Formats: sequence, structure tokens, C-alpha cells
Amino acid sequence: MKKFLGFIIKEFISIFRDKRTMVVLFGMPIAQLIIFGFAIRNELNDATIAFFDQSNDYMTEQIKQKLVSSNYFKLGANLQSNGMIEEAFKGGKIKEVIIFEPNFAQKLLKDGGAKIQIITDASDPNMAQTLLSYTSAIIKDYQTSLNKQSDLAPIIQSEVKMIYNPEIRSTYMFVPGLIALILLLVCALMTSIAITKEKEIGTMEVLLVSPLKPIEIIIGKVIPYLLLSFFNVITILILARVVFNVPFVGSYILFFFIALIFIMTALSLGILISSVAQTQQAAMMMSLAGLLLPTIILSGFIFPISNMPLLLQWFSNIIPAKWFLIIAKGIMLKGVGFDHIWKETLILCGMFLFFILISIKKFKVRL
Amino acid sequence: MNAVTVNNISKSFGAIKAVNNLTFQVEQGDLFGFIGPDGGGKTTLIRMMNTLIIPDEGSATVNGLDTIKDYKKIRLQIGYMPGRFSLYQDLTVEENLNFFATVFGTTIKQNYDLIRDIYVQIEPFKDRRAGKLSGGMKQKLALCCALIHKPEVLFLDEPTTGVDAVSRKEFWEMLKRLKQKGITILVSTPYLDEASLCDKVALMQSGNILEINTPENIVKKFEKPLLAMKSKNMYKLITALRSYKFTNSAYPFGEYLHYTDTRETYSVEGIKNYLMQMGVTDAEIIPALPNIEDTFMQLMEKGND
Amino acid sequence: MTENINVISAEKLTKRFGSFIATNEITFDVKKGEIFGFLGANGAGKTTAMRMLTGLLTPTSGKATVAGFDVYKEAEKIKKNIGYMSQKFSLYEDLTIKENITFYGGIYGLTNAEIKEASERLLNKLKLQSSGAALLSSLPLGWKQKLAFSVAVMHKPKVVFLDEPTGGVDPITRRQFWDMIYEEAYNGVTVFVTTHYMDEAEYCDRVSIMVAGKIEALDAPKELKRIYNSDSMNDVFIKLAR
Repeated sequence: MKKFLGFIIKEFISIFRDKRTMVVLFGMPIAQLIIFGFAIRNELNDATIAFFDQSNDYMTEQIKQKLVSSNYFKLGANLQSNGMIEEAFKGGKIKEVIIFEPNFAQKLLKDGGAKIQIITDASDPNMAQTLLSYTSAIIKDYQTSLNKQSDLAPIIQSEVKMIYNPEIRSTYMFVPGLIALILLLVCALMTSIAITKEKEIGTMEVLLVSPLKPIEIIIGKVIPYLLLSFFNVITILILARVVFNVPFVGSYILFFFIALIFIMTALSLGILISSVAQTQQAAMMMSLAGLLLPTIILSGFIFPISNMPLLLQWFSNIIPAKWFLIIAKGIMLKGVGFDHIWKETLILCGMFLFFILISIKKFKVRL
Repeated sequence: MNAVTVNNISKSFGAIKAVNNLTFQVEQGDLFGFIGPDGGGKTTLIRMMNTLIIPDEGSATVNGLDTIKDYKKIRLQIGYMPGRFSLYQDLTVEENLNFFATVFGTTIKQNYDLIRDIYVQIEPFKDRRAGKLSGGMKQKLALCCALIHKPEVLFLDEPTTGVDAVSRKEFWEMLKRLKQKGITILVSTPYLDEASLCDKVALMQSGNILEINTPENIVKKFEKPLLAMKSKNMYKLITALRSYKFTNSAYPFGEYLHYTDTRETYSVEGIKNYLMQMGVTDAEIIPALPNIEDTFMQLMEKGND
Repeated sequence: MTENINVISAEKLTKRFGSFIATNEITFDVKKGEIFGFLGANGAGKTTAMRMLTGLLTPTSGKATVAGFDVYKEAEKIKKNIGYMSQKFSLYEDLTIKENITFYGGIYGLTNAEIKEASERLLNKLKLQSSGAALLSSLPLGWKQKLAFSVAVMHKPKVVFLDEPTGGVDPITRRQFWDMIYEEAYNGVTVFVTTHYMDEAEYCDRVSIMVAGKIEALDAPKELKRIYNSDSMNDVFIKLAR
């Protein structure tokens, strides 16, 4: 055990002394988060909206007034028919259309409920998301003020419709995606480089003839990266929460458990790469071309999988990050429990076992 | 008892036969040298003996243990210093030593006696990173690291390659002292002049052992009388001798040229006269004693014939 | 043959890296056709000095000319007039022998006809006529080094710099290599060579020994042995460098 501990300590010293490694380990996650975060975040200011008011009563007037005077919205047009809605969007200026059903005030007071339909242009999904939340907030506010006036407690039903990008990829999608990417980078790329480096400078030979067992060598190389990547996950989550207000609805424990499985999968990939590659350069090429690129393109991080050609959709199934993204999205944004994600978790576990078995088989106790 | 035995061992890489059916023994406590140029099979042979490579054919034992079956036990009893000084460049001198000590389940203190002589030379730099050390110091540190667990058999693969003459001399002095402590040392080197520092040497060329013996006995194998020649214009002397019909071999050796003749009996005067005709007027010719390199070259030529 | 013309001359040549003085005011001349051995312990400053003379590194102070060109201002001209070969960098393993020759001929501005002529001459001399189309990687180390040397002098440079050219080469091939060096020197090429084999130091016309950035001794091997009362260059070197 002491041998093993000594090994891990040495690995940590090596990591902390190498400036480049440190930058990749700690600088990059933060830099990427900030770049992605700011590139995606939109401040809402005077977004142009249009109304299609089929009621034109005092209540709809009040709501319209409240919206336009909020400083967030600017009135672009008052539409007269359903057919004009699409025209308005195609013009490009109008980002949101709010439709009031006929006899709005009457229905609200008499039947206790009336409908408002909100249609947003989701071709810019982040903007759409923001608009929607602001609009809903203002309408809700109005409803609360109504409730105070009477005992009826009428309900305004907002019906939301996104056009052009009905799937509405969430603004916050980039956080789980980023976590997947960083984990892959740290676990697969960094470990494979760390192991091949020992082959290159020849220390692997000395370790092999030492009483250290091969499994100890592998685990000893891997543990520091496992710990550091957990640290990275936490950093990203805190930053995302504090700086960008990214929500986290689900269970943290469940999330860390899944992250651990994903980390182990990535580590086993890194070990596999290093058992094949003889030089640091080869390891880097394999990790970048074989792991990072497919992950960025095919995991659903940037391009929605459902929009891909069938062949690529099928191919995306063997990308571990795809499954991690589905799970992470579910936990973080929807707050789902294990009963919803056990299938994906099982797939990840299977991948981990598969890769680790091959790497153990491939790792040689000799040269 | 033999520290190492090797029986009919062979290893090929693709079409290249790196080690070709070798058999020999190394006695306990010997300083044994594998000497020969690059591509001689020295590294492959050492890696087969220290369990890093499995031979295609044949077998080997270290301390009576089989290198294939008992490789785990062997690894506890041997020290190994690979061709490149395998140190962690970003760890300091002391950290490197500490690391290898813990990996082998020991401490610097426990075996300090063994490495003291060597370590005191690098101790002033113990906080310097290994990557920043000079070649000679790296070599000493690597040796300390290979010794830290008190191995019984020490394998050193080309420890003096690319190291200057002073560091080389110091290194061999260290090996002599280690030998006195009872450690069996197997060392490879491309420098033929280092052969005389070993108890026994194997001269290696293209995967074969040309000769295996004590350095003194190897020199005795030189078959022909040797002449040393010298002139102000060595190039002219060499070219003249190359075209001489009785020349068996003519190779520069330091400031002299070593010459052997094809004839059983001949006179130095005759050679001098020939050289005069060729325009080499100042040739100095004296009898000389062959050294390991002369013998190696003779054996090489025999092998090529 | 050594002639009394300076091909390399260095005067108080110095290179500092920060506070570290790699070469410290070294002064020496090398004559035309001379074989000049440049010895020193690891880290004594040989590589730095050689890099300054080959135009790869600008000196901090001092003067030096190589083949008549100033190392400060005419580095490009120097590079055209010298040949260089080292144990570490020589030829491309994944090119054939002929392709290597053509490539280096091209670099040094030889015409196609010149390359063709040089390549035939060179292959004949090395007795490699039949293997021109073989990959370099198929040659034994010693042959590679001989070929690398032939390529380094193919464009008839005034000086050829050899950085440990015979490391790890067998003793016979090493001597064949030195035969080639002798021949080039005889034809007027100046040879500047570093080596760890002390017997090779004795083949040189003159030898300099660097210790800690300075040239501590410079003379013919015979004189050095006399001055330092030693019977081999190895002893001289050890006495000086220790």
C-alpha cells in the first residue's frame, strides 16, 4: 500500500510541476465555461413583439400595457388575423407573438380561466427561452394582482409554442456538454499522455521490473486524474450556478454517481489508447481525432442528434458522451430520478466494462 | 553458483534476428560486460534476462529462477538501468530517489550504505530537478535509483553511452566498488576500451557472440604479430598500405596505425622500402601489443569471410 | 592537407544564457584542410560553440568568421559553405538512399545534372550502386553514417562539422569512416569534429579541450600528451576535465 501511495504522490508532483498540464487541467474548464457562457447568454432589451388580440377588452389592454411598459419589449405590430403571424415572423424583426383568445376578460371572470398563446421564434433558442420566461413572469404577475382583487382566483392559461426549433435545445445544454468534454479531455487525453510519457522517457521499463503490479501502475496513474476531474466537475457546476444562473433541479448525489461512471469510462479509454500508442504524440492524435472530435460533433452537444443523417444517428450510439448528456440533461434540467435514466446508465456501465477489459488485456507486463 | 544462465536464446523482430542462439553463464559476483556496436543485440539480450522480453526460443535464469515462470520473483531481486537514463525529469534528485525507494518497498535510509559513495556526489544538487542535471549526474542518479532496493543482480544497459570520458571513468570506478559489495553486475557498452575494466566480456556483433572470455584471454586470441606505424601524413600512409599486396589489415589506432601482414615471415625493412617507393619517407614502424579492439576487428573480419 | 589559411577563426567568442556563460571567450583558428578535434565534457559548451559557428545561434560577444563569412551578419552565406552531420540528425529513414541524396543536393542548390553526377560518384564509392532504391532504414547504422557524411560533403563545402559522427558504430566501420574524413581533408576540406572516443581524438591534426565554457588546451595530440605527461589522449582529457 505504501508503494502505491508513493506512486500516486509522485504522479501528483509531476502534474503540479508541469505548467502546461496545469493550464489544461484548470485553466481550460474555466475558460471554456466562460466562453460558452457569454457567447450564449443574451441580455433581453427591447425585443420586438407583436399582439394578435381577438378580444380587445380592458384586461387584454392592461396586459399589453404591462408588457410594453416593462422595458423588455417593444411593440412591433398589432396583427389582425392568424395568417399574419407567420408573415410577421418571416419579416425577422418580430421575435414573439402573443395571442389573446376572443372574449378574454369575460371568460376569465366567468369561467375562471382564459387562454393566452405565446409563440416565439426558436431559431435563436436562447433568445426564445429568455423571452418566454420574461413574458410568463409578467403575465403571472398580472394574474397575481387580479387574484388580490377578487376571491375568484381566475387562471390565465399560457400556452407556449416554439416555432422553427420545436425541440428547443435549452440554453443550459452547454453545461452538461462542457462537463462531458472536459472529463473526456482530462481523463482520456491526459492519462494517455501521462502513461505514454513514461514509455517515452523509459521509466516504464523500470516500473515494469519493479515489484509494482501492472494493475497498480495503471490505477496509480489514473487516480490523480480521477480526483482532479471530479474537482473540475464541481468547479464547472459552481461557476455555472453562480455566474450564469444555470439551474440544477435534480439530485446532486445521483449526478456525481453518473459522472463517476462516465469518468471511469473515459479513463478506460485513456488507458486503452496508451496501451496502443508508443509516443505522447500518437496518444494525443488518437485522443483528439478518435475521441474529442466525435464527442463534440456526434454527442448532441452542438448539433441535435435528431437532425443528423440516419447513419450518424446510429453511429452516435457508440459515443459514451451521448448517453452521459442524456442523463446529465435529465438530472440537471428536468430533475428526473434514477428510474428514468437507468437504461442509459446501464449502457455507460457496459461501455466502461468493455473498454477496461480490453485495456487490461492489452496492457503488457513486459515490453 | 551462476547468477545468470542463458541457454540457446534467440529473439527476432520481423526479419531481423536481434539475438541469435546464445548460450553463456555469468558467475555470481562477476562484473560482466556485453561489448559491441549498436545493433549487436545487447539491449534485447539484457531485456530477455531481466524478464522484460520473452525469447522466441531458449530460456534464461536469474539466481536460479526462470525468467518466464518466475518473473515476479526475479523482479524483486534485480536492479535495472535502461539505456536512456530513465528518471522523472520534473521530480528533484531526492524525489526521484524517494520514489524508486517506495516503489520497491524500502527507504533511502535503509540502504543508504550501498549508495552513499555515489549519492554524496549528487547530494549538493538534491533539490534540482532531474531534467536540469548534466549527463554525468543523471547517470549517477539513475544508478542510485537502480540500487536503492539492494538488488543482487544489476543490469545496466549502455550506462556510459554519450557520456564524457571523465564521467565514464568515474562510473566504472563506482561499478568496481559495487562489485566488492558482492553485487553481480551485467553491463553493456559500445566502447571497446571499457572491456578491460570487466572480469569477463562477451564481444557481440549482429546478435552473435564473437568471443566470450576474460579480457586478458581475449587479447591472446589475436593471431598475427602486430606492427604500429606512424607518419606525418597518415592519409598517405594508409593509402599506400591499402594498395600493398601483403597487407592483411591496416587500421588507424590513435596516433598510430595497426598493421598485420599476410606472410608468415617478413622484414620490417621490406615494408619500409615499399613505403619509400610510395612516397612515405618518414614511416616509423614498431612492434605493438594487440588490444581488445584489434581482436574484435579480427573476429569481425573472420565472421564476414 | 593543411594549408596556412584560416577557414575558421574565433576570437573571444562568448555566449550567455541569462546569467549562465555557456562559452566563455574562446579563441582559436582552424586551417584549411585541417582535421580539428573539438573535445569537452558533457555540458562544457561544445554544442553552443558549434551552433554559433554554424550560424544557428548568434553570439553574445566576440568575433568569429567561418569560410570567410562573419557569424553575425552572414549566417546565411556560412550555411551555404558548410556541411553538417550529427549522430542524432542525419538522413530521412523513410526515403530511399537516392531520394535522400537528391533531397540534400536540392537543398544546397545543386543542379539536376550535378546531383546525378554526385549521386553516382557517391554510391560507387560506398559500393551501394545496387541499393540506391532501398529505404535508408534498411541500412546498418555504420553505413547510414558513412552515407550521411558523403551527403554532407556532396556540395563541396569549405568546412564540414561532424557532431559525434561515429557514436555506436562498430570499430571497422568507424575506421572506414575516418578514412573518408582523411580523404576529404587531403582534398582541402576542413573537418571540425566532436567525439567521445578518445582514440579518435588522436586522429586529429589538432585538438582543443573545453572545460566549463573555456578552451583549456589546444595543440596537436602528440604535444598535448607531452605537456600533460600522458601516454594517451584519454589521460590528457581526464587530467584536464577532472
